[in-house]
Amino acid sequence: MTGLRRTLLTPQGVAVLAGLVLVALAAALGPVLLEHAATTRNIADRQLPASWAHPFGTDELGRDLLARTVVATRLSVLLTLGAAGISVAGGVVLGVVAAVLPRAARRLVTAFIDIMLSFPWLLLALFFSVIWGATARGAMLAIGFAGIPVFARLVSTLTAAVATTDYVHAARLLGSSSGRTAVRHVLPNILPPLVVNTAAHASVTLLSFAALSFLGLGVQPPEYDWGRLLNEGSKRIYTAPMAAIGPGIAIVLTGVLFSLLGELLSQSRPRTVHAVTAQDGSSRPVPAEGDAVVEVTDLRVSFRGDDGTLVQRVRGVDLTIAPGEVVGIVGESGSGKSVTAMAVAGLLGPEALVESERLVFRGIDMTRRPSAAERRRLGLEEAMIFQDPLSSLNPALTVGRQLTEASETHAGTSHAAASARAAEALSLVRIPDPPRRLRQLPHELSGGMRQRAMIATGLMGTPRLIIADEPTTALDVTVQRQVMRALRDAREQTGAAILLISHDIALVSGFCDRIVVMRDGVVVERLAADRLGEAEHPYTRGLIACVPDMRTDRSRALPVIGVAAQEEVLP
Amino acid sequence: MTIPPSAVTTAPSPEAAEPAASRGERLRVLVGSPRAAFVLQRLGRAAVSFAIVLVAAFFMVQLVPGDPVRAALGPTAPVATVDALRAQLGLDQSVWSQFGHYVSGLLHGDLGMSITSQRQVSQILGERLPTTLVLAVVSFLVAAIGAFPIGVATAVSARSGRHRVLDLGVSGLLGILIAVPNFLLAVLLIATLSIGLGAFPPAGWGTPSQAVLPVLALALGPLAYLARIVHIEMLRVLDTPYLTTARSKRLPGRLLYLRHALPNIVAATLTAGGVVLVGLVAGTVLVETVFTVPGIGSTIVSSITAKDYPLIQGVVLVYALLVLGANLLIDLALAILDPRSAIAEA
Repeated sequence: MTGLRRTLLTPQGVAVLAGLVLVALAAALGPVLLEHAATTRNIADRQLPASWAHPFGTDELGRDLLARTVVATRLSVLLTLGAAGISVAGGVVLGVVAAVLPRAARRLVTAFIDIMLSFPWLLLALFFSVIWGATARGAMLAIGFAGIPVFARLVSTLTAAVATTDYVHAARLLGSSSGRTAVRHVLPNILPPLVVNTAAHASVTLLSFAALSFLGLGVQPPEYDWGRLLNEGSKRIYTAPMAAIGPGIAIVLTGVLFSLLGELLSQSRPRTVHAVTAQDGSSRPVPAEGDAVVEVTDLRVSFRGDDGTLVQRVRGVDLTIAPGEVVGIVGESGSGKSVTAMAVAGLLGPEALVESERLVFRGIDMTRRPSAAERRRLGLEEAMIFQDPLSSLNPALTVGRQLTEASETHAGTSHAAASARAAEALSLVRIPDPPRRLRQLPHELSGGMRQRAMIATGLMGTPRLIIADEPTTALDVTVQRQVMRALRDAREQTGAAILLISHDIALVSGFCDRIVVMRDGVVVERLAADRLGEAEHPYTRGLIACVPDMRTDRSRALPVIGVAAQEEVLP
Repeated sequence: MTIPPSAVTTAPSPEAAEPAASRGERLRVLVGSPRAAFVLQRLGRAAVSFAIVLVAAFFMVQLVPGDPVRAALGPTAPVATVDALRAQLGLDQSVWSQFGHYVSGLLHGDLGMSITSQRQVSQILGERLPTTLVLAVVSFLVAAIGAFPIGVATAVSARSGRHRVLDLGVSGLLGILIAVPNFLLAVLLIATLSIGLGAFPPAGWGTPSQAVLPVLALALGPLAYLARIVHIEMLRVLDTPYLTTARSKRLPGRLLYLRHALPNIVAATLTAGGVVLVGLVAGTVLVETVFTVPGIGSTIVSSITAKDYPLIQGVVLVYALLVLGANLLIDLALAILDPRSAIAEA
């Protein structure tokens, strides 16, 4: 409940609560206090346009339209709640019945719900109002019934999700009947989303009511709701537009109020964590032309946390990569190793705040927006390989297109030449039958093949640096070897430096010249790959000890790094 | 615009998970191609839906409490007139022979005689349907063509976070357009553009200038709704790893958004487009009434008020056909443009 209280105390929450109180007051007290003003006929004042005395004007019998709009709140809200109640009750019954029925019958009911859902609300409501007639009660039934399929679908979807959970299985094993299971175990668990959708649905119901009354098929005179007032007002729109706009405002505001309530209850509003632009100082030292591929000094990267404060995830990292050098960054998840790599590539999104004394790739300052010429160089000289090959290739474009586009865009290579080059690149990473593969979409390739295609993409330019961010984590062991071999071939072919990010110290030490160990956003140790045994930092030693080899005593548990190294690492 | 909350409409059918897969599998084996299987399945569904509508439209009149003929003619009508009309409508026969007449009449294109105008229902519908079709199609095109640039631009701008105030303003405007129902928007448009500025005629149909306000009233809400879908989908796609890959190739914005992002939002946007299109078809009822457009939308209201049951039946059938046709069209477009999602759904 504290979560709900916190939501209600946000500005939006307070506004919605205040609005609800206002509507409730108007519904409860409006007819009592304003009945007289709303019904007193005053022929001398008839059909007045808006004025201070009558903000919405008066109708053809001289009755004040603002008072009538306030009085109409009760009927409008009651009819809305009644119709929404019918929709929810009918939907829950139909949905739960659909869920507990045997499979064939269940399929029949869901198919029927699907078909009903394909018809828009208003048409269903019109259909039902033919049967029940153009009265307030008929319209309430019509709109209520028209909403049943929506809720039936919602309930059956939610129920299907809950019905496969362990506690429902357990209840069934304990001999709970299906009806009892539905009421005791399933219903309470689908209640929260149901409440949320009911609030949102009330908004739709209110508007539908207004629509039916507006068409003259809902509330009939002498009774009146907002839709009826709007209907009467719209006939006089030439002389007194407020007569129509006034009730219209009431309809829209109340409708928005209901849907905001639903949104508030669902708490699923997207949290906008937006960019703080990277640079503070405008005069930065011009990067000196060093011969290193990558030079990083005092790199700090921060993100906005849940509470809006900045959380530093990379805290002062220095890193230099020489031409052709293979450097590995090792660390557990959350150590900042991937963020460091993305910062080096200049690919962090607008939600990251990147600060550094120096962040240079081959003379290009990566903290600034690159110029057109720099962009061209980056596109050709820097290659990226990401963790998940299933999602790092665009599912809608052919493999060939994704290989050729960088050199076509940046080097102006003709499509034919680029395609020939792409076929070469694919055969270099040992993908058989390149011409066929180039025409295929990514989902037609296996995971390992896709990762090798990513490597081939990097080979299309003149790569000086290949950044491989956990390139084998999502793949199984045999495929891992193929991918690492492709990476090794790529390096031999192009002489590019490689920055390999991994949590697997065994993999990194077998592949790299140099290893950088990161933890909690800082570098804790740097050492040459062939001198792993000389590691001094307890965290590094912990990482090495965790790798089992053929002589590891399998009767003993592997050490836990966190406990061993905790005190010494944290500042 | 009254469109149910998207959370509800996009909720996948529980059947879609495993039993449907096996059913789809069987169909796929029979037909050979997954795409053909998908199309066949959707055609079958449309046929079943139409059969249900046929039956429902027939029994709608049977379900009217009391005597529909008495209801149509009023309590003061002489008994002889009531009996004559009852005989004309065939309501003095058994339900089953009535149903037989109804179906065989439909097969011959005979929808009966309107009570109020004493003309063939099929003739009335034939005169009025083209108007409604033009109104709906033009409005849909306006909404669809307008939504894409707005949605893409706002998503790109929102992600960069550089124009916060402008972003908030545009998203607020879209939110208002979604919240305002089309009949109210129609009234507002008449008050401002027609009476206030005198720019467009407030009612009627026939000249292009008369079409402007009805099309705007019908299209603006769906446009805003679609733009928001495009916006949300773009934001999702812009954060995917493959877009990071594309950025790592330092492609210019044009290629990034048009080539890499846009094809990946087509499926979700088309599905939402289906909801919008169907909502548009229903929206013609309200908008035609406000602008006195002589389509089938204004007919359905007057016929319900007049309890002209043969005419109501005819209009209900035509509207149902329009809705089913729109759904089918979207499904076919999905199958052509995005075979992967269509296959997954089949």
